[in-house]
Amino acid sequence: MSFFFIQFLNGLASASSLFLVASGLSIIFGVSRIVNFAHGSFYMLGAYMAFTLVQKLSGGTVFGFWGAIVLAAAAVALVGAVVEMVLLRRIYQAPELLQLLATFGLVLIVQDLVLVLWGPEDLLGPRAPGLKGAIDIFGQSFPQYDFVLIILGPVVLGLLWLLFHRTRWGTLIRAATQDREMVAALGVNQAWLFTSVFTLGAFLAGLGGAVQLPREAVNHVMDLQIITEAFVIVVIGGLGSVLGAFLAAVIIGELNAFGILIFPQLTLVLTFLVMAVILVVRPWGLLGKPEMVMRGGGGVERPIRPLTQRGRNVAFAGLVVLLALPMVGGSYGLSVASEVLIFALFAASLHFMMGTGGMVSFGHAAYFGLGSYGAALMVKYFGIPMLAALVTGPLLAAAAALVFGWFCVRLAGAYLAMLTLAFAQIAYAVVFQWSSFTGGDNGLIGIWPAPWAANPVAFYYLTLALCGGGILAVRRITFAPFGYTLRACRDSALRADSIGINLSSHRWAGFALAGFFAGIAGSLYAFLKGSVFPDTISIATSVDGLVMVLLGGVQTLTGPVVGALVYKTLHVTISSYTDQWRTALGVIIIVLVVAFPQGISGFVQGRLTRSEPKEDAA
Amino acid sequence: MDRRTVLKSFALAALMAGSQMGTASAADTIKIGEINSYTSLPAFTLPYRSGWQLALDEINAAGGINGKKLEVISRDDGGKPGDAVTAANELVSRENVSVLFGTFFSHIGLAVSDFANQRKIVFVAAEPLTDALTMEKGNRYTFRLRPGTYMQAAMLVDQAAKLPAKTWATVAPNYEYGQVAVKVFKELMSAKRPDIKWVDEQWPAMGKIDGGATVQALARAEPEAIFNVTFGADLTKFIREGNTRGLFKNRSVVSLLTGEPEYLDPLGDETPSGWIVSGYPWEQIKTPEHEAFLKAYKAKFNDYPRLGSVVGYNTMKAVAEMIRKAGSVDTDKLIAAGEGLKIDSPLGPITFRAEDHQSTMGGYIGKTAMKDGKGMMVDWHYANGADYLPALAEVAKARPKN
Repeated sequence: MSFFFIQFLNGLASASSLFLVASGLSIIFGVSRIVNFAHGSFYMLGAYMAFTLVQKLSGGTVFGFWGAIVLAAAAVALVGAVVEMVLLRRIYQAPELLQLLATFGLVLIVQDLVLVLWGPEDLLGPRAPGLKGAIDIFGQSFPQYDFVLIILGPVVLGLLWLLFHRTRWGTLIRAATQDREMVAALGVNQAWLFTSVFTLGAFLAGLGGAVQLPREAVNHVMDLQIITEAFVIVVIGGLGSVLGAFLAAVIIGELNAFGILIFPQLTLVLTFLVMAVILVVRPWGLLGKPEMVMRGGGGVERPIRPLTQRGRNVAFAGLVVLLALPMVGGSYGLSVASEVLIFALFAASLHFMMGTGGMVSFGHAAYFGLGSYGAALMVKYFGIPMLAALVTGPLLAAAAALVFGWFCVRLAGAYLAMLTLAFAQIAYAVVFQWSSFTGGDNGLIGIWPAPWAANPVAFYYLTLALCGGGILAVRRITFAPFGYTLRACRDSALRADSIGINLSSHRWAGFALAGFFAGIAGSLYAFLKGSVFPDTISIATSVDGLVMVLLGGVQTLTGPVVGALVYKTLHVTISSYTDQWRTALGVIIIVLVVAFPQGISGFVQGRLTRSEPKEDAA
Repeated sequence: MDRRTVLKSFALAALMAGSQMGTASAADTIKIGEINSYTSLPAFTLPYRSGWQLALDEINAAGGINGKKLEVISRDDGGKPGDAVTAANELVSRENVSVLFGTFFSHIGLAVSDFANQRKIVFVAAEPLTDALTMEKGNRYTFRLRPGTYMQAAMLVDQAAKLPAKTWATVAPNYEYGQVAVKVFKELMSAKRPDIKWVDEQWPAMGKIDGGATVQALARAEPEAIFNVTFGADLTKFIREGNTRGLFKNRSVVSLLTGEPEYLDPLGDETPSGWIVSGYPWEQIKTPEHEAFLKAYKAKFNDYPRLGSVVGYNTMKAVAEMIRKAGSVDTDKLIAAGEGLKIDSPLGPITFRAEDHQSTMGGYIGKTAMKDGKGMMVDWHYANGADYLPALAEVAKARPKN
């Protein structure tokens, strides 16, 4: 009995840390709609700053220690304020999710920065003065410091409640969470409201990181470890709901504490299983409200149109270049070109889902990765030829998309996005854990192309045919009646519903199609690399896809192709030249975001169509 | 489509062609490709890089190999196997390197090894620990320097079996390295000590250990001894929680890799004492070959070596020696030279076994202790890898026939 009580307390202590980070994320999202990918970076910065400040200032006293912790959080808040004012303020009017891209750039820069400033080694800070030991509870030792954490969570929750319900600022924030246009119309200075909210969120993340100091070694992968978990908690709790975040943090904290007793092997996936179940039962999280549409912000969107004559010329010229590439490319150049084509199809399939279908996915890697595994497993176990494997891969991906999609299409906005992530993580865990069949983290190797396609030129043409064909097919579907219906469901669910369109079955079909095309890309990728590893299904791959789509521009059909070309080429070339490729890539992404808020392709298209006769976008 | 567009596209194609040229190599250098996870695992790979740079300098200062200078072209794989294969392809196809070496993570090592097999180029794996690399998925192009998981665990078993403890629990990161380490340790221990009972196992996700809960769960099983495989940030968290909660009081702990400076140094005054660990007590090794290495390393980098530094140094030396012995960079000759290759290393002479291309580099086994608020190893000895290599019959059974 005493054991379970202690384990319960362990869960609460972890929950407090999670809550601090998640509450900040939730508040920022609630008000500004920013999916702040850099929130984990704030958390990490908080921990590093606390490490330095505690050593410089505390002198081993209780007051000095806690002063240093708060100061570290304040320093992170300051960083947050600067980021908001210098960067985010410029792109609030950009289309949805573009801010995510900017914050992704920040993540890359902070990763390098931390390495330069604090060095590569893990840093173990001192224990908290006066709280170094353990308390005896029913004959079990429990760390004193963890009690502080257990109390800290509810205290912060209470303070936030007071702040939101007893101050004018809090009233404005709550109003802005519900309807920010109305708040602006009433003459509230929105810019400062947003800055203050972002600063508060950064402060909480910094505090969350700083209080970890006595518990764990500060290290440079803390950012990505916390960020998914924080997102999960925010979504389980309900977007923008601080109390919900608290409840969710407690659930996840306890789940981890007790889960390891019952399923020690399942730690990887338990959180996501629970999130999936909760979202299926409660589509807006525990305490969330039906979400306002996440779209918009970019003004009225220009409808997608077929190519103009000029556009067709450009496309034709592009095709000529692609066909002529083997004459000049060299085998390495061709393999990079093949990789770009594969990711162009991957990005196009994601774009079909989020642009045309209006369903943002944070877990599109699932279909890419399952496409890879669908091909590789068949080759490995049944020795089927490559061409057949290129069919089984996409079929597996499409099958998974049918199953996952059935649940996902019932949701909307960020909840849908997070449910796709949950399914992707579940697929990841299955592949990772089922090592007797999938090879686990050691993957499947020896998946090389058939002899007729082994030559880089042949493989390149095969990739060009399949990916080029896939991209054209996606395009064709977008302009087919099905595509128009999908866009109708996206733009006005109510109207589409009232004229008798079955919303969920159309979106479901769209979802499965997107999965199928991602699967084609994935199965080609397996043969390009000669191997498949679970990381093809990882969050990093999903994020790569998102970055490509956003970089190219969500509102154009050429966007994903341009985005894939730019992102992949930059990635491959920069990392050949410098160790600081993350900083370089991050800076370039941020510059591109600020310069082309409509995406690169959106910008070009905007310039090209400006000269053409204006059509009203009704 | 007008003619201008066609011309433009051909101009563009020509431009791309231009960027591919101008990489012809000079005849008096031998190019070698190197890949590692520099950005995703800097704590280990940066000292590793210093290690091979030191060896490279020494080799070139001594006149290079067969009158030619060595040049290493190094790439970061960002911790992703796909990017590692891209980098390997770039190094082989565009830079025309003669040999590849490097990698840390097991799955990346396997990906590059399979690439080497496909492209018929020699790959000397520096660090990946997975046994598959030299066993089930071994190939004739791949050599491995560091002792694999089986060898690492086997080195510890000799000491662990002497402990009186009869009930054991294990804690390991939930991926192949952790799983295999636990499996091997259990098998070898149970063979030596049939009286042992295994009472609990914990599998925290790599990098995500819930320290308090894991410690509590282990304590609940009341084992007399614990076998730990976690490392890095997980290990630190585990140890701090374990110290606070008294998990290690009156319990023996056997712990893989914990004595390596990479993982021991961050522990500082939390270092537990009396753990049986494998590691690298660099400040206490007094052999002439190690002292020479230590002096050169300190002089060049103004820092002390980590185990990664030795791994990098030895790998570079092995590659150079392989080329020197082969007298050419022809792949078949390199393989022939590599099988049975002997090199002198700071840890003493090591040999690459012909049958599985595994080197006999060993490790230091000892106990942890604390001195002046810092962790160190005491009562240590060098376990020669040659004594712990997998049996040849096992190798013959596991390795695919070429």
